[in-house]
Amino acid sequence: MPTIKQLAANEAKEKRFRGGHSLCSGCGIPIVVRTVLNSIETPVVVVNATGCLEVATTRFPNTAWNVPWLHVAFENAAAAASGVESAYRALVKRGKLPADEPVTFVVFGGDGGTYDIGLQSLSGALERGHQFLYVCYDNEAYMNTGIQRSSATPFGASTTTSPEGKISFGKAQQRKDLTAIAEAHHVNYVGQSAISHWHDLSDKVKRAVEVDGPAFINVLSTCQLGWRHEPREAVKVAQLAVDTLFWPLYEVVKGRFRLTHIPEEIVPIETWLRMQGRFKHLFKEENAGALEVIQQQIFDEWERLKERDRNDRAHFAPLQKDQTFTTEFEMV
Amino acid sequence: MKTKPTEAERIEMLRRAKLLTGAEGAAHAMRQINPDVFPVYPITPQTPIIQTFSKFVADGEASTEIINVESEHSAMSAAIGAATAGGRTMTATASQGLALMIENIYIAASMRLPIVLAIGNRALSGPINIHCDHSDSMLARDSGVIQFFVENAQEAYDFMIMSVPLAENHDVLLPVLVGQDGFTITHTAEPILLEEDEDVQNFVGEYEIPYPLLNLQKPTTQGPFDMPDYYFEHKRQQQAAMDAVPDAFDTVANHYAALTGRRYDAIEEYRLEDAERAIVVMGSSAGTMKEVVDDLREQGEAVGLLKVRMFRPFPTKKVREALGHVQKVAVLDRAMSFGSKGPLYMEVAEALFGAGPSMQNYVFGLGGRDLFPADIRQVFENLKNPEEMREMQYIGIRE
Ligand SMILES: Cc1ncc(C[n+]2csc(CCOP(=O)(O)OP(=O)(O)O)c2C)c(N)n1
Repeated sequence: MPTIKQLAANEAKEKRFRGGHSLCSGCGIPIVVRTVLNSIETPVVVVNATGCLEVATTRFPNTAWNVPWLHVAFENAAAAASGVESAYRALVKRGKLPADEPVTFVVFGGDGGTYDIGLQSLSGALERGHQFLYVCYDNEAYMNTGIQRSSATPFGASTTTSPEGKISFGKAQQRKDLTAIAEAHHVNYVGQSAISHWHDLSDKVKRAVEVDGPAFINVLSTCQLGWRHEPREAVKVAQLAVDTLFWPLYEVVKGRFRLTHIPEEIVPIETWLRMQGRFKHLFKEENAGALEVIQQQIFDEWERLKERDRNDRAHFAPLQKDQTFTTEFEMV
Repeated sequence: MKTKPTEAERIEMLRRAKLLTGAEGAAHAMRQINPDVFPVYPITPQTPIIQTFSKFVADGEASTEIINVESEHSAMSAAIGAATAGGRTMTATASQGLALMIENIYIAASMRLPIVLAIGNRALSGPINIHCDHSDSMLARDSGVIQFFVENAQEAYDFMIMSVPLAENHDVLLPVLVGQDGFTITHTAEPILLEEDEDVQNFVGEYEIPYPLLNLQKPTTQGPFDMPDYYFEHKRQQQAAMDAVPDAFDTVANHYAALTGRRYDAIEEYRLEDAERAIVVMGSSAGTMKEVVDDLREQGEAVGLLKVRMFRPFPTKKVREALGHVQKVAVLDRAMSFGSKGPLYMEVAEALFGAGPSMQNYVFGLGGRDLFPADIRQVFENLKNPEEMREMQYIGIRE
């Protein structure tokens, strides 16, 4: 398991993502970026979809990036990365770049740029097998343009385009299970993590960049403006998303599934929902039914994941309760 | 002044030529250029370009990384990634494919990426139609790319090659679209002259851009966010790059002429110098028109043709010089700008503003509608009294 000291030492050695950007206080995105970049040993090249991260870190003529960084548009980060990675292979093949100095290609995209408008280009890139890691920072709505619903927005959340109102309890649809969609491409690594569990994320990144071909990690990231919680509670809100089983942490390695974190105490979903203004309306009497639906769905999904975990558990070294897996992981 | 080759020259040329379609010509050019990356998605009539090239790569005759992407949007996105990374990058498309690329065409131009695109010009939906017109390329008119329309397979081959050093000239650094008429050029076999592989490789040289993304020693932030304090200047710089194109093209064309004996200009003047009436056109139809001009000349009529090869940047000054003395000019557009005149007409009218010729505008050939010699003769006939037809005319249409 990585220690915070190791990550800090990596960052001290080479500060890949610097300050001076204009991401909000309490934004989860910088935690994702720093944890991911500090966990990768090789040089990195970053490709970024349009969204908060891109806009807030590269206002010309300034930049927060101290590594090669490319942004093209909203829906095509995976395709642009395919081009960069293919050019890299072509230049190595032709002796114009050294063959013995590996580079890791990392894509960052929000849930809008990944679940929705960028899904096709992500799917294409996963299918073609480019050597890259795609990290979705999932803050559950289009935040950059003012908190519009995405297909990652949870059932019942109020956004500016799925507002609660006299006859509406917020978003009427379930969120899309993007991690499962990525898994269906049969890539060698798919994982789900959260900003509250930086060691889990760091481990996953280390393993993701080792596998042959593309890897995908979906990271739950908070947005205090969109979720309407106290900025200082960002990590706590993410932690509770995990402890309520709203956002299970797991990975699928070469088709084998395992939960990477089992909460010691499972917290009722109400606790998490109550921390966030976007769910406030659910606590009106007339919406009690919606609350029940949400809790039941979470338990059903958890049972399904536990069953997958049980089925595949024999392929992994044992994991203790409330223990996050270690990098000394083996498939047995 | 261009004249027809002599019979002896024609026989000598045919002896050295290969019988190839325009699509195959473009594919041979790509084989010889051997770009680093070729992201691509199929669409008629571009398919024979990419199929021929894929086979070259499969046979080891080119070592390009082909990325068979899942859409043209991704083709152009991957092209931007590859070109930014530091690899010479080409792609090919047509019609709906170019339409889907458009967002990224603008971005590639603004990022100053020298990507060369082969276009098999085809009508746009709807209704869906696979045949030739120039509407697809016109979508990119204001995007900041250099645009050529070629007349035949030889030009298709030659312009693919010339476009590489033009695009990569450091004063230019812009994408280039080489449009060849769908089917009429892409699928029609003609004798064309291919240069030696080695000569083409030397001609295009090494790909060098000022700030490759894969320079890890000097990390760069590419494609950042602009606010009103910088955006306008960046757009102004794109215009400066366009302004550098005529000189850069002249240099490339001279070098190419030294290699091949074929000297190209942004425009081609055909029997224009003493013409009283002239047609302006782009693409394969110019071939038919030359025949008609010759016939009419034999009958003593003072007619001529101006073929525009380079549509962006538009060679305004050259067009004015070529046509300034002609009294009556008909511009034949193979695309429409609904609610206004044809896009080529508007350029020529601007070039001739104040110079005096009477002008007519015709639309022809949309969705692959044939243009016959009789139609062209009729245009020259109509031009005798240009004032009688000031409205836009449609050639070969059922009203
Ligand atoms: C083709 C296109 N459509 C729409 C937009 C407007 N747009 C920019 S960012 C964005 C939302 C981004 O949402 P997400 O990917 O979730 O990232 P976040 O804003 O949360 O960082 C939208 C809709 C765009 N830039 N391009």
